Amino acid sequence: MATTMITTLDRSSRAAARGLSDISIRNLFIIPTVLFLIVFNIFPLIYSLGYSFTDFRASTNAPANFVGLQNYRDLLNDPYVWSNFAITAKYVIISVAGQLLVGFGVAMLLNRDIPMKGLLTTLLLLPMMLSMAVVGLFWKLLYDPSFGIINYALGLGTFEWLSDPKMALYAVALTDIWMWSPFVMLLSLAGLSAVPKHLYEAAAIDRAGPFYTFFRITLPLVAPILMIAVIFRTMEAFKTFDLAYILTSQPTAELISIRLYKMAFQEWQTGRSCALAYIVLIMVLAITNIYVKYLNKVKER
Amino acid sequence: MAAVRTSSEIGFNRVAIIAVLVVTIIFLAPIYWIASTAFKPRNLATTIPPTVVFQPEISPFVKLFTKRSQMRSPPSPEEYAAAPWWERVVFDGGEKIVRDGKGQVQWSGYPSRFLNSLIIAITSTVLAVGMGTFTAYGFSRFKVKGEADLLFFILSTRMLPPVVVAIPMFLMYRAVGLNDSHVGLIILYTAFNLSFSVWLMKGFMDEIPKEYEEAALVDGYTRMEAFFKIVLPEAATGIAATAVFCFITAWNEYAFALIMTNRRAQTAPPFIPSQVGSGLPDWTVIAAGTFLFLLPVAIFTFLLRNHLLRGMSFGAIRK
Repeated sequence: MATTMITTLDRSSRAAARGLSDISIRNLFIIPTVLFLIVFNIFPLIYSLGYSFTDFRASTNAPANFVGLQNYRDLLNDPYVWSNFAITAKYVIISVAGQLLVGFGVAMLLNRDIPMKGLLTTLLLLPMMLSMAVVGLFWKLLYDPSFGIINYALGLGTFEWLSDPKMALYAVALTDIWMWSPFVMLLSLAGLSAVPKHLYEAAAIDRAGPFYTFFRITLPLVAPILMIAVIFRTMEAFKTFDLAYILTSQPTAELISIRLYKMAFQEWQTGRSCALAYIVLIMVLAITNIYVKYLNKVKER
Repeated sequence: MAAVRTSSEIGFNRVAIIAVLVVTIIFLAPIYWIASTAFKPRNLATTIPPTVVFQPEISPFVKLFTKRSQMRSPPSPEEYAAAPWWERVVFDGGEKIVRDGKGQVQWSGYPSRFLNSLIIAITSTVLAVGMGTFTAYGFSRFKVKGEADLLFFILSTRMLPPVVVAIPMFLMYRAVGLNDSHVGLIILYTAFNLSFSVWLMKGFMDEIPKEYEEAALVDGYTRMEAFFKIVLPEAATGIAATAVFCFITAWNEYAFALIMTNRRAQTAPPFIPSQVGSGLPDWTVIAAGTFLFLLPVAIFTFLLRNHLLRGMSFGAIRK
């Protein structure tokens, strides 16, 4: 695969005359990485594509039987799986919208002369660097109905966050918003600081109001970078596993990654879980493709 | 900013600064709560109203590192007096440290998991950044046919949900005996971080002027010598930043570790939650374990602060 990508380089270059040629150096530098990724990323996926057409169960020694498209047909007709997708979609919308509002809002507040701005920004960024699983676990204590500080601070009495089926998904999304709003904030700050100051001065001379300035100058100029943040967070939220798995076992908060995990490693329906993994994979690749196309477009400007 | 400010603008600025402070306090509250719970006596960890002022204790950390058992009756005064300070704090909590036949203190599961996390994260970081630097240089300096597609392919391997990749990897590892091994997780994390390191390093490489190497080539260096003597030193900051990002990703990773390991090679992220169990957990010990686990990442975040934007956007946005 990799050899087809080789094009001829300038053979008369001075470097080519001594030591390794540029072509061999390029191949030496690139091919091992590509091979490594093929062996450890692509090959496993081919392996699981094969299993997705069988009734294989990794918990038994019974040989796998070929069942054709049966797994895919069953999954696409399974209302349970569809509800997992619906829960995931709801989760993605709530958490990404929340992150966008909080992250961009805080960035707007920070985008001025503030004493110790650098320190404050770094402190605000801390949550997104921490382990979702480990910090998520601690949120269980914060959410605890009888002695959690959240209920105490908000005066909610013994409000059930995680064991109420209606509330659990929102509680997970809230923790996710806490973790990842800093990411949107970080990107927004970069966008805001790139808006030329003279535009604001011109707007002030024209006596433009704050709303006009915001919607006609700030927002359009920050939009591309906000879009990057939204696509990136959408992709990550769609994949969410750690946080939801650790925080709650409510079926109403069972995201598609958790369903997949249970199918594969608790029910041991290996063949079927491979099929579901493929359905998820196609969705993720579609979003990634949009993301990368958009990135390249933004970079070109 | 406009040269002349109206009084309402100045007033709004004050409000904004106060709002920023309030938001910062809210965002840091959970982290502060972890840190403070890690130093609390057990009976103060779950009080209502929450205990904010208390005499800090080291006992959660002693408990974190040792295996303990409940005591039916308090220790005799002689036993208590003979015990070292770290054993007394455990006695004070109504427990005793488990010792083996020779009187050796038994460790809890935590230190070995912490060590596993260190070994696996450091090794995979070195591998991913090492390979990534070479590959990024290749992409940055030479024409590669289908470069955009190849880079997309490299990135897409990182974008897949871990559970999707984990199912076939689990079966393959089981077949070759790599389940619950350090090597197995190191390979997975290297593959996972390699794509990230290629993307990020390519951005850093693109910023090093080509003229530097060209001058070296004219001076009689080979391309390899130019790479090692000119490009690598120039890229040092970028390499360090990439390495810290890769380390943090591997250090924090949960799903692969949960699926691929259970004891021998288990890392801290799946271990810490498994300690909660069903009964009433000792949150001070969990907080102590969490605190130690988060500490390196918090320090790295401060060291990295000028590269965060770039790293978190896969090198897409540079400043």
